[in-house]
Amino acid sequence: MSALSIRDLTIAFGRHDPVQVVSGISLDLSPGKIQGLAGESGSGKTVSAMAVLGLLPATAQVGGSIRLGTTELVGLRPRELNRVRGRRIAMVFQDPSASLHPQLTIGAQLTDHVRAHLRLNRRDARQRAIDLLTQVHVPDPAEALRRYPHQFSGGQRQRIAIAVALACDPEVLLADEPTTALDVTVQAGILHLLRELVDQRDLAVLLVTHDLGVMSAVADDVAVMRHGQIVESGSTHDVFTTPQHAYTRTLLESMPDAQQSLVEDDE
Amino acid sequence: MTATTTSQKPARLWQRWPLLGYILRRLGTSVLLMLGVTMVTFVLTALVPGDPVAAALGEGAASNPATVAAYVEEHGLDKSIPERYLIYLAALLQGDLGTSIKTGRPVATELATAVPATVEIALCAIVVSLAVGLALGTIAAHHRGRATDQVLRVVSLLGLSVPTFWLAIMAYHTFFLRLGVAPGAGRLDPTFTPPPTVTGLYTVDFILGGDPVGFFDALAHLALPVLVLSLFTIGLLTRFIRAAVLEVLDTDYIRAARAKGLPRRRVIGAYVLRGASLPILTVVGVAFGVLLSGTVLVEAVFAWPGLGTYAFNSAINLDLPGVMGVGLVVGVIYLVINFAVDLLYGVLDPRVRLA
Amino acid sequence: MSASTSPRTRLRRGRLFRAIPTAWRTPLAMVGAIIALAWIVIALIAPWAAPHDPLAQQLPRLTAPGDASVLGTDQVGRDVFSRLLTGARVTMPLALLMVVSATVLGTLIGSIAGFVGGWVDETLMRLTDLIMAFPTVILAMIIAASLGPSLLNAVIAGIVVSWPQYARVVRSLVLSLRTQNFVIAGRLLGYSPWRSLRSDILPNVAGPVLVLASLDIGTAILLLTGLSFLGLGAQPPAAEWGSMISGAMSHIDAWWLGVFPGLAILTVVMAFNFIGDSLRDALDPLSSAEREGAAGGTEHEEPAAVENPTTEEGR
Repeated sequence: MSALSIRDLTIAFGRHDPVQVVSGISLDLSPGKIQGLAGESGSGKTVSAMAVLGLLPATAQVGGSIRLGTTELVGLRPRELNRVRGRRIAMVFQDPSASLHPQLTIGAQLTDHVRAHLRLNRRDARQRAIDLLTQVHVPDPAEALRRYPHQFSGGQRQRIAIAVALACDPEVLLADEPTTALDVTVQAGILHLLRELVDQRDLAVLLVTHDLGVMSAVADDVAVMRHGQIVESGSTHDVFTTPQHAYTRTLLESMPDAQQSLVEDDE
Repeated sequence: MTATTTSQKPARLWQRWPLLGYILRRLGTSVLLMLGVTMVTFVLTALVPGDPVAAALGEGAASNPATVAAYVEEHGLDKSIPERYLIYLAALLQGDLGTSIKTGRPVATELATAVPATVEIALCAIVVSLAVGLALGTIAAHHRGRATDQVLRVVSLLGLSVPTFWLAIMAYHTFFLRLGVAPGAGRLDPTFTPPPTVTGLYTVDFILGGDPVGFFDALAHLALPVLVLSLFTIGLLTRFIRAAVLEVLDTDYIRAARAKGLPRRRVIGAYVLRGASLPILTVVGVAFGVLLSGTVLVEAVFAWPGLGTYAFNSAINLDLPGVMGVGLVVGVIYLVINFAVDLLYGVLDPRVRLA
Repeated sequence: MSASTSPRTRLRRGRLFRAIPTAWRTPLAMVGAIIALAWIVIALIAPWAAPHDPLAQQLPRLTAPGDASVLGTDQVGRDVFSRLLTGARVTMPLALLMVVSATVLGTLIGSIAGFVGGWVDETLMRLTDLIMAFPTVILAMIIAASLGPSLLNAVIAGIVVSWPQYARVVRSLVLSLRTQNFVIAGRLLGYSPWRSLRSDILPNVAGPVLVLASLDIGTAILLLTGLSFLGLGAQPPAAEWGSMISGAMSHIDAWWLGVFPGLAILTVVMAFNFIGDSLRDALDPLSSAEREGAAGGTEHEEPAAVENPTTEEGR
């Protein structure tokens, strides 16, 4: 059974002369699996992820269906949407130094939606925040709650952002280029953490990235997007070893390492 | 060995209190600027075209050779410019701002009672402007490009276009003389006695003295001048807060806050306004300067006994020591406000506070 | 090929000249332009259009608006309507003179500071700090008072208090432009500093400075009429709006003395503010993008793709 089911999703911008950026994509996210969504910038992959949470601007027109269990998310009223956001579907953004509020403590950002969604009191919320920071391996969690984002390294900040996303035990996690803004040396750590959390919590993850190396390292399945359409999809292994579509082959040829690493895994 | 420990000690203190270093640096800048302000008023006083003695004493007193000689002696007018500046500065430090030509009384004495009257009006006006500006600016930003935004844009531009001295006369004429809904001129009805002076702000002093009737009368007298004065700054703050909020709305941390499913009101209150707080603080500082300028043009209409009325009377009568005194005092008040703004920066921005 | 028409420069300049027609198309700018134009025409034809000599004290005193004189007469029997029309010839050209002088002076000082750097920059910037340490009207008031009351001195005071904002903006633009590739390329081609400044930097500074200046015309009019209201600008018996309002204070029952000059100031300042604000909008990449896409909708904000808006410069 899929946790999140996207059917024929279309997205267009502009009212009078709409520009279609996503033309009918379908995807299924399953618990405990990482579904990759690959493509170059402008292919419509980030916009698709944003559409799931209704984060697109008013000028965007979203068509098709996005179902979370039995709940249809397309056209959902803001009040109901807010019950899904952060509670059942959470999101991790590309650059943690931009997605954490610079003037709020880590503690405030980790607990405010926990208290809003789960109706916990201050003390319980704080304890939960400490547990979360422990799970994402942030050292000295109690002390970290009192600090501000600028006092952490980029990798630590992304761990914190992941903790924020997972704070209310969501079923689905949308990760938009979660490692792109990080140093190569810390990328592996974040990916490892992501895999670990998926296995522990049975999370369904949509991993949006242009980096096929990242994709091959953690994704179970891959969909390749181009010009607002999915040109190829399947298990990561199949797509990377025997790509069917010419565009996928071109992408892979420009990234020899990604293919290489998978081939090595095979042996 | 000993050298390392002593050199480490202040470094640790610095690290524990980065805000302290920031405050001291700002304080240093403010003190330097204050010196600069006195230089400006000195230069303007010293370089008056024509006879400086006549300008300072007035034509009448300047025709008496004994008075002139005494004045030249006291202010060292026969000495060099740097020496004269030091004499001027020494006099300022003793609270000597010169003597009013019109009244013959020390300017400092006359300004002492005027400062709290102006501070009261300016504080009320900044509170009103900020409250209205925050509301209108946030609303405009959230409705950007739509009818509400367009209407608010025209309204705030109108606020920026009204000559306040004219608006003051019109408001006084309409609401007091015609409609009789506003109280008359001054800070209090003539039947009231001013409260015992604690802060010099009548509203506060009435509360401290436990006199609610007096408080409401003082408040009623404040209403019209404050509203007139606020119109321009409301326009200013609305435009700037709209821009600041728009900039914050387009950040990832606001998208992240919305992705967390926080109620809209909390996103705006805790995330958006906090994010925009630094640019807003900057404009509030600017708005204070505009208000202090505005009092010069508005107070006289309402016979409000503050710096503005004093400046107006001094300017109309070409009472140069009076005008300079107001310039100096307002300059210093503005510096104090800007220093306070700098301190608030440190409070609102953890990147400053915690280095 | 002259430097000013090199493709690089044309490319960069294009934005400003494209923005002006864009700005004109908005209703706000149109209203502003029509009102401003009307006042300019009034200023030009005032000597012929005024029914009476604005200075002649020959009519009955303090008569209300009516058939005899459209806007009434003042305390010494002058025609308010004629004085109002004549006032347009006083305030507007002087405000323009003030803004143009402050712009030129500020741009010059700002480019020198940004381009030369070092102690020159430091000194000039501390000078702007000093001037900006005062509220503008207060500083203008003490300068005008010490120079002696006259309209020209009021204009000088206005220039002194308003050039620093241009210098600051121009300096920061020059500093950021200096590191841009096309400017560096020019220097590598052997441009002298002066030529680099003239052909690569100043054309790109023009847009923001023009916006600032257009928004400043209204401020200048308010400052000059304000100083005249304080008796530090126009001197009696000159027909000037600020001093007309000042005179009205002692005849508060003769409402027509104050109402009309105030409305004159309000409409002129409003017209220039409308124009300036529209121009700023047209030059701002964010707000022009927003106009295209923000016809309606619910609670959502703008797309992530829109680049960060440029902050408004401090006033």
